[in-house]
Amino acid sequence: MNWLRLLLYLPPEGSTYAAGIDRLHFAVIGTTLLGATFVFLLAVYFLLRHPRRVEGELTQPLRTPWPVELLVVVGLQTAFLAFWVVGAIQYDHVMTPPRDGLRVYVTAKQWMWKFGYPGGHSSIDVLTVPAGRNIVLVMTSRDVIHSFYVPAFRLKQDVVPGRYQTAWFRSDLPGTYDLECAEFCGTGHSTMLGKVRVLPAADYARWLEGAPTLPAADAPGADGDLVASGRDVAVRRGCLQCHSLDGQAGVGPSWARLYRSSVALAGGRSVVADEAYLTRSMMEPQADVVDGYRAVMPTYRGVLAQPEVAALVEFIEALGSAPLSPSVTLPRVVPEEEGRPQEPKP
Amino acid sequence: MTTSDAGALSIPHGTSARDTPTYLGIAKTVRSWALTTDHKRIGVLYLFTTVFALFLGGLFALILRIEHLTPTRTIVDAYTYDRLFTMHGIVMVWLFMIPSIPAAFGNFLVPIMIGAKDVAFPRLNLLSYYIYVTGSIWVLVALWMGGCDTGWTFYTPYSAHSPSAVVPTVLGIFVLGWSTIATGVNFIVTIHTMRARGMGWFRMPLFVWSMYGVSVIQVLATPVLAISVSIVGLDHWLDWGLFDPSRGGDPVLYQHLFWFYSHPAVYIMILPAMGVISEVVPTFSHHAPASYDAIAYSTLGIAFVGFLTWGHHMFVAGISLFDAAAFGVLSMLVAIFSAIKVFTWVLTMRGGSIVLRTPLIYFFAFLFLFVFGGMTGVAVATQSLDVHWHDTYFVVAHFHFIMVGGTLTAWLAALHYWFPKMTGRMYPEGWGIASAVLVLVGFVMTFFPQFLLGNAGMPRRYYNYDPRFQPLMVISTVGSWLLGLAMVVTLSYLVVSLFVGKRAGDNPWDSRSYEWYTASPPPTHNFTSEPAFVLGPYDYASPFPGLPRAGVDADAPEAPPPPRRS
Repeated sequence: MNWLRLLLYLPPEGSTYAAGIDRLHFAVIGTTLLGATFVFLLAVYFLLRHPRRVEGELTQPLRTPWPVELLVVVGLQTAFLAFWVVGAIQYDHVMTPPRDGLRVYVTAKQWMWKFGYPGGHSSIDVLTVPAGRNIVLVMTSRDVIHSFYVPAFRLKQDVVPGRYQTAWFRSDLPGTYDLECAEFCGTGHSTMLGKVRVLPAADYARWLEGAPTLPAADAPGADGDLVASGRDVAVRRGCLQCHSLDGQAGVGPSWARLYRSSVALAGGRSVVADEAYLTRSMMEPQADVVDGYRAVMPTYRGVLAQPEVAALVEFIEALGSAPLSPSVTLPRVVPEEEGRPQEPKP
Repeated sequence: MTTSDAGALSIPHGTSARDTPTYLGIAKTVRSWALTTDHKRIGVLYLFTTVFALFLGGLFALILRIEHLTPTRTIVDAYTYDRLFTMHGIVMVWLFMIPSIPAAFGNFLVPIMIGAKDVAFPRLNLLSYYIYVTGSIWVLVALWMGGCDTGWTFYTPYSAHSPSAVVPTVLGIFVLGWSTIATGVNFIVTIHTMRARGMGWFRMPLFVWSMYGVSVIQVLATPVLAISVSIVGLDHWLDWGLFDPSRGGDPVLYQHLFWFYSHPAVYIMILPAMGVISEVVPTFSHHAPASYDAIAYSTLGIAFVGFLTWGHHMFVAGISLFDAAAFGVLSMLVAIFSAIKVFTWVLTMRGGSIVLRTPLIYFFAFLFLFVFGGMTGVAVATQSLDVHWHDTYFVVAHFHFIMVGGTLTAWLAALHYWFPKMTGRMYPEGWGIASAVLVLVGFVMTFFPQFLLGNAGMPRRYYNYDPRFQPLMVISTVGSWLLGLAMVVTLSYLVVSLFVGKRAGDNPWDSRSYEWYTASPPPTHNFTSEPAFVLGPYDYASPFPGLPRAGVDADAPEAPPPPRRS
């Protein structure tokens, strides 16, 4: 199939899901070409078969037999639905980040890409990742809408200001791939380019050692134990004063078993506590208030550095299977000036 | 068989469409055109204005293509480039494609095709023309003030902070929307209430069905556009921040609203084109459509389902998996209606008596562009594939093939097919065929390479590009020159034909459609007496009853019966 890929000018298949998408691409485009050619030739055939022989000759109406009509409609609709089923399954796979990914925070702004790694590293325009590992990107924009597009991965995700969007990929093929902004974002749009550098695991470890890190005060620690770094950040930034690690309700909800769980929000909505939700809750705590809690958390925008957020999310993910406190129910801590809040739902 | 015993028309003998002055000849002053309420004259005014818009938008496109001859700056800077592609889109979509067929040909033909004297509200019709002119002037004012650089989609929050003339541009589009709505209302009322006696819905020419479908979409969808772009204008002008996340707004909500209009808008552009094709194919095949009902019902199907597919423009904008799947499957459904039409047109040729003239060449060009573009539409509606193609040149090529290629070729087919009806003269057939072929070649050469550029990962709206794309870019640019040349040639011979073209006669194509039941060009009131259409609009099994002529009656020698196809 490689010749077909080259014929269609498709870039290399740099991600694990690219090959499957390309196979569907070949099937759909093949059907397109065959279908379009068939219809066109059919029309040319009728043109040659039924030329006008005498001016003004009359013709009898010719009703197409209904089985032919039915066959065309059902046949085409079946093909279209088959494309849809395969495409939707692939789409769900591409759009749903796996749980065990290495998280990288992506901030887009006119006209550059910034990457923050959970180990405290950061980089601009070049995303460096290890091969063979799931990479989960948590992305937001500082100004207008951008779009994270790596053609070789067949991956694109709009990066919207005020929202945290996730995307993921795994590349087993070390190399350097083009990163482009795909959503028009101003005069520098076509210069908002970057690279995704996929390194073999050993090279990645060496890169980590030499990579630039944030100042020590903001860095959660570069020793590689991201969960421990996250715990450090949680202690240093005071998170644990309100959020417990054992399932007890504090001023805020507990972090135990929170990751990827369904959270009921005030107002009746519910949301899955994924990377995007957790990040947003740190930056805009008032946006999604958990049912039964009051909106007292201050924003950590500008307080937490990107790598700190990443480390915290790693830590919360590790607590996804934390043991819950079995029997002891601690008294709720309630801010004094307010009345007793509604009991949180179990 | 003579006119009288054919009995097809209840026009009393002695009064003739021939004897009354034509709509063109009745008055020649500027005032008689500027204040006309004759739907035919208004149609002609629209035609001239939209041709101007087509050439303006085409000029922008040619500059854009020349800019892309080299990977970096060729003739304009990045900001100018951004404004050019924005104004190209705005002029082509709102000033040319949306009014091109409905407002020009629809105005001219719908009342004649249903046997009416005029549209239901002739003065509203004139008003909507002037609203269109006013909106167009506002867009030109915006251009004069430096133009707008947001893309024709006005995505927020960029459009709220863009340094360019966003406010006059959206004001122009807001005003243009009123014109569209007024025309749509006019057509709906006309078609419901003014059909000739005895003309049921399923005896209308198919072009009228497409005008009905498009009018319904215009009336329902355009207000949403007006609201959305107004808010964009207010965000930009007064800093309202309704779509600005830094002030609590949601830019993705804007995308939903915009595409709720703009996806049906592509059917506003293509349904009239389909209507033209549904007339051209039976006429030049001299054969009834393979299934009238299939074309009529699929028109309604497109008009309805077209409203439910907007989310396929947002597969990577962060919509939920469920939404994506729902919009994906609905998009597959809307494709089937178009496929039904395509097969019906092609099967109409089976058993016909086909004569290859310029409009039919344009049908073949339409068929190629529409089917290929439509199938790539199925491809981009396939969710996982769209993730790669979204906002790349593949999408640009796709919508130029189906929307522009489809509308432009059908518009050119209409221009040639109804040229004798509107002017009473013929265009030169040789020039017509040659330039039709050149249009197709130029079009494919311009846009086919863009499918490959999109595959390779070339995002749209890029001023600079990777030098490895240059060969494909140059081919595309040369193609645009061919297309531009074809358009200039077409315009030239049509203008010359206005004055020196051969006299066409009343029904040069020997069509059965109802607009040919009167003189070409028609008199001001279309028919000299109330018409009764006894034959169907596609009854090619019976001889054309002909126009009633003064002095010609049952005494005239009987014409030999036309030959019948075995």
